[in-house]
Amino acid sequence: MSAIQPNALQLATTGFLARFEGNSGLRTDPIRRRAAETLRHIGLPTQREEAWHFTSLRPLAGIAFQGVHTTHDHGHDLLARMSGISGPRLVFVNGRHDTAVSEMPDFTTVGEPTLNEPDDAVSMLNTMFADDGAHIEIPPGVDAESILLVSLGVADGEPVAFHPRHRIQLHPGARLTLIDVSLGRGTYLNNPVFDIEVAEGATLVHLRLQDDATDAFHLSSVRANIAARGTYDSFALTLGARLARMEVHANLAGEHGAAHLNAAQLLGGVQHADFTTVVAHDAPSCASRQTVKNVLTGKSRGVFQGRIEVARIAQKTDGYQMNQALLLSPDAEIDSKPQLQIYADDVKCSHGATVGELDLDQLFYLRSRGISEPDARAILVRAFLAEALDPITHDQTRALMENAIEAWWQGRHI
Amino acid sequence: MPAVAETLDVVQSATDAGYKWGFSTDIEMDLAPKGLNEDIIRLISERKEEPAWMLAWRLKAYAKWLQMEEPDWSSVKHPPIDYQALHYYAAPKKKAGPKSLDEVDPELLRMYEKLGIPLKERAILAGVEIPEGERPPVAIDAVFDSVSVATTFRDTLAKSGVIFCPISEAVREHPELVKQYLGSVIPAGDNYFAALNSAVFTDGSFVFIPKGVRCPMELSTYFRINAQNTGQFERTLIIAEAGAYVSYLEGCTAPQRDENQLHAAVVELVLMDDATIKYSTVQNWYPGDAEGRGGIYNFVTKRAACRGARSKVSWTQVETGSAITWKYPSCILLGDESVGEFNSVAVTTNYQQADTGTKMIHIGRNTRSTIVSKGISAGRSNNTYRGQVKVMPKAHGARNHTQCDSLLIGDQCGAHTVPYIESRNPTAKLEHEATTSKIADDQLFYCRQRGLSAEDAVGLIVNGFCKEVLKELPMEFAVEAQKLLAVSLEGSVG
Repeated sequence: MSAIQPNALQLATTGFLARFEGNSGLRTDPIRRRAAETLRHIGLPTQREEAWHFTSLRPLAGIAFQGVHTTHDHGHDLLARMSGISGPRLVFVNGRHDTAVSEMPDFTTVGEPTLNEPDDAVSMLNTMFADDGAHIEIPPGVDAESILLVSLGVADGEPVAFHPRHRIQLHPGARLTLIDVSLGRGTYLNNPVFDIEVAEGATLVHLRLQDDATDAFHLSSVRANIAARGTYDSFALTLGARLARMEVHANLAGEHGAAHLNAAQLLGGVQHADFTTVVAHDAPSCASRQTVKNVLTGKSRGVFQGRIEVARIAQKTDGYQMNQALLLSPDAEIDSKPQLQIYADDVKCSHGATVGELDLDQLFYLRSRGISEPDARAILVRAFLAEALDPITHDQTRALMENAIEAWWQGRHI
Repeated sequence: MPAVAETLDVVQSATDAGYKWGFSTDIEMDLAPKGLNEDIIRLISERKEEPAWMLAWRLKAYAKWLQMEEPDWSSVKHPPIDYQALHYYAAPKKKAGPKSLDEVDPELLRMYEKLGIPLKERAILAGVEIPEGERPPVAIDAVFDSVSVATTFRDTLAKSGVIFCPISEAVREHPELVKQYLGSVIPAGDNYFAALNSAVFTDGSFVFIPKGVRCPMELSTYFRINAQNTGQFERTLIIAEAGAYVSYLEGCTAPQRDENQLHAAVVELVLMDDATIKYSTVQNWYPGDAEGRGGIYNFVTKRAACRGARSKVSWTQVETGSAITWKYPSCILLGDESVGEFNSVAVTTNYQQADTGTKMIHIGRNTRSTIVSKGISAGRSNNTYRGQVKVMPKAHGARNHTQCDSLLIGDQCGAHTVPYIESRNPTAKLEHEATTSKIADDQLFYCRQRGLSAEDAVGLIVNGFCKEVLKELPMEFAVEAQKLLAVSLEGSVG
């Protein structure tokens, strides 16, 4: 490994720390302070760290990210894409709540977040800078239907970095569908952290569309704690950003909890996107399901790392993980690491992974029926993605996702 | 679940039952002083009557090793190893170089008898069942601590041009081959333990199969660590020229000792066009006692370079021994249409730890690999499959199928799967599947209600679980492997 790597990352780390020290409002807070000190000590992760083996943060170096500044362009035109989604919405522009275009949902407050101490460098960065975010707290037994949470990154001049911190709490028996969309233009770093609590019998459906700008960086973390009979059901579609990493940590803490971490990544150009999950089965009789699909074109690189951890107490665990990749160009690369770490004996855990190109027989079958090659390829790719999209039961969001995939497909001539 | 409870009890009692290869042999030994430094390496080289180039090679490796840090990325845990507390050379004292078996210390021969290794050629003929066809006997190279004590059937082999001898002899007799290939698959600086081995290796087997020759018999090496506080660092080099075929077996045991012993071997295989090497291992080093005291640290680097087109390497391993097993027999599939196979059964009980798997590096076009890994964990052990399948951009049409299954017996053990799947060629097709489960109650019940005891039932199920791998072993080894599974999980395995 070259010596340049740690240096470039040190440079990036130093940049963030300098910005932190320059902000007297942030640097006096003890939790932020500790996060900064730890980050100073450990630095941003290098590829020598197992969890970052396939993803390098080096591209962050050399970009002088500025803190949030008022922008003349609020990027409101970008909201047009969400016109099909009804219900309340929270819009954040460069990490700051924008009241002009938000329709405040019930059970929601917005403002400076309550911070807890993170254990990884990327969340530490968030902890240092997080100064805004949504706090959604659904009372027991309430079905809050859906809330649309939009993050717009708008960097018309200087690159900006923003670090929203969202806290989603579902009390026992509550229900919520959170539609979480990131869009933008320009060069920016979108570094959100979601602290999620799903209480007994509650269900959170988290549908995510990451279509950040081509030059953007997306580094997000979700930490979900799921109590007995609770469900965290998520789907994440990654289309945007030059470098993206979504990390999801789901902790099944009570019996009969469920976590579904489904994802699809459609990449082209020189994009690099990493979907990393850790499902900790810490209680008996929980189920986890993951279906992760990668469609890779151009010189893009897709990464999937999924770890299922089954603690000794977590008997009767049912863990399943499927990850599949389609490589549609000679220069694309997929790296996948589905991992099982099991300490209980009465469990059913399995994972499967496949990597390949489109099946030539299937292509031939469609072509022999008069379908043009581009159409045939489109049909096969859509079929490939169907399994990951199928669990989305929220029709408006399903349509949003389908349209985003369609637009992605049109924009890239494969 | 009475059947399960019973099974657990039986596993418990069986694992205490002991290691029947745990005796030590009282032989006068020639030991180098403890510790590792350039002088020790010079001493090893001198004892082996090596040419100067070999010593220079060792010293270079030693210099590299000094620069390296012991890796810590695996899931195995052990107290730090004191590399200065080991003897790096231990040889049975011999009377002025035995030229035939009759001159070998009878104590040593008795040990091999005890181990069931028929060292004398007669004994082999007598000991090996010969079915209808004339089944060729097995040629054996027996390595005792640091030296090869006997190699059988050498003359027969020589007639077909096959060289099968201790590597120390090959360094003297066939320096051109050793110079060309030693370290060409696993360079001295490859990793910490390979560097250590390159500096201090004392013996091992050397095999050369010339062009177009199908080795007339199975070759086998038997490794035995006997002396206390020794490390065994054997080195095996097998070269199969174009169109050659060889099947090679290795077996290992060690006496029961309270302290841990280090075994850091290096195995290099080189395959030219159309060559085939079948490499089978039954590893049964002393695993430590029921409390996890003692046992061998088995840190091994094994790699095959399929340099020729259509060459094929097949690694089959049955790992039942060692306190810690840490190894990944790998295949570099360089030649077009070359094939790599990895079949593994790893059993851990008590406090054993295993972190094993393979690497399949696809470089040539239409290269194929298959991985079948069966891990069985019992007691308080941890069993990890760690494997990498990597497809490089030029490996058009590469194909891999990986299947890894884990079986858990008891609720104090762990089973882990860590695969790395990396593809940079769209025409490559890779598939990976993994499952983890325990022996199902209904399977047990089915067997028991047909009159099988709990142990026989578990035995039957475990054997079924491993069948895919066991069938890859040569017949004699398959029988031994089944027995080993039985003893390792004794009680739970009939």
